[in-house]
Amino acid sequence: MTVTAAPHTWTGRLRGRVQQEFPGDTLLPDRQPIYVASWIYVFGVLTLAALLVVLASGAVLAVAGPQWWHGSGLGHYVNSLHLWSVELFMAFMVIHLWGKFWMAAWRGKRAMTWVTGALCFLGSIGTAFTGYLVQSNLDAQWISTQAKDGLNSAGIGAYFNVMDFGQMLMWHIVLLPSVIGALVVVHVLQVRRRGVVPPFDVGAADRGQAGARP
Amino acid sequence: MSARAAVVNLDHPGHYLHWGVIQISTANAVVIALMVLLFGLALLLPFPKGRERP
Repeated sequence: MTVTAAPHTWTGRLRGRVQQEFPGDTLLPDRQPIYVASWIYVFGVLTLAALLVVLASGAVLAVAGPQWWHGSGLGHYVNSLHLWSVELFMAFMVIHLWGKFWMAAWRGKRAMTWVTGALCFLGSIGTAFTGYLVQSNLDAQWISTQAKDGLNSAGIGAYFNVMDFGQMLMWHIVLLPSVIGALVVVHVLQVRRRGVVPPFDVGAADRGQAGARP
Repeated sequence: MSARAAVVNLDHPGHYLHWGVIQISTANAVVIALMVLLFGLALLLPFPKGRERP
């Protein structure tokens, strides 16, 4: 069956745009340029792997509740798994950021890749902060009472009340993960669209992959 | 020491390092040092070669 684009409909235009921007070998390539064979290029996917563990362990915590994660052995384990996967997520993401900064990874029309990555980083800090606030222990109470003064002095407290457990829980498990999840998808699609940024001294012949702009 | 005790005794106030106006917990300083070390190793260590493709 032959499917032709129908440019007079929004679905047809969208399909044409997707096929133009993400042909099969761009969306799911099975080869990468030779310069990608370096450990510094691994930290992006390590960050993604840690994020998956964060989301999975967080989902278990959300279902089972604080009585479970504070009061049972398995709960302690999953709680620790959530904490340490976040620690690795942030560490891998910052090393990924260092590598991309020194590569000037915004080169070759990759500005949106850089911007979406930066927004993911900022959003992750907010998500980690709200995570501290919803531990439902003394640590969470201490952090929230310390943070409220700084946020109130900036006029934020009326809309983002760190003493409101319900509001912080919704920010932590619904709003911020949704935003970060969407940003990560856009970030990865941008990487696929423009290709992995090459080192400064790589010529056109060594880039190999279509779309790997200088 | 019971079997449930942590490998590192955490039952005391944290240690902090001071350089003038800079104050950082020893734990955070160690984490940052490990990240810098990992970054350096990622740049210097050779990457294993994959399978040859036809």
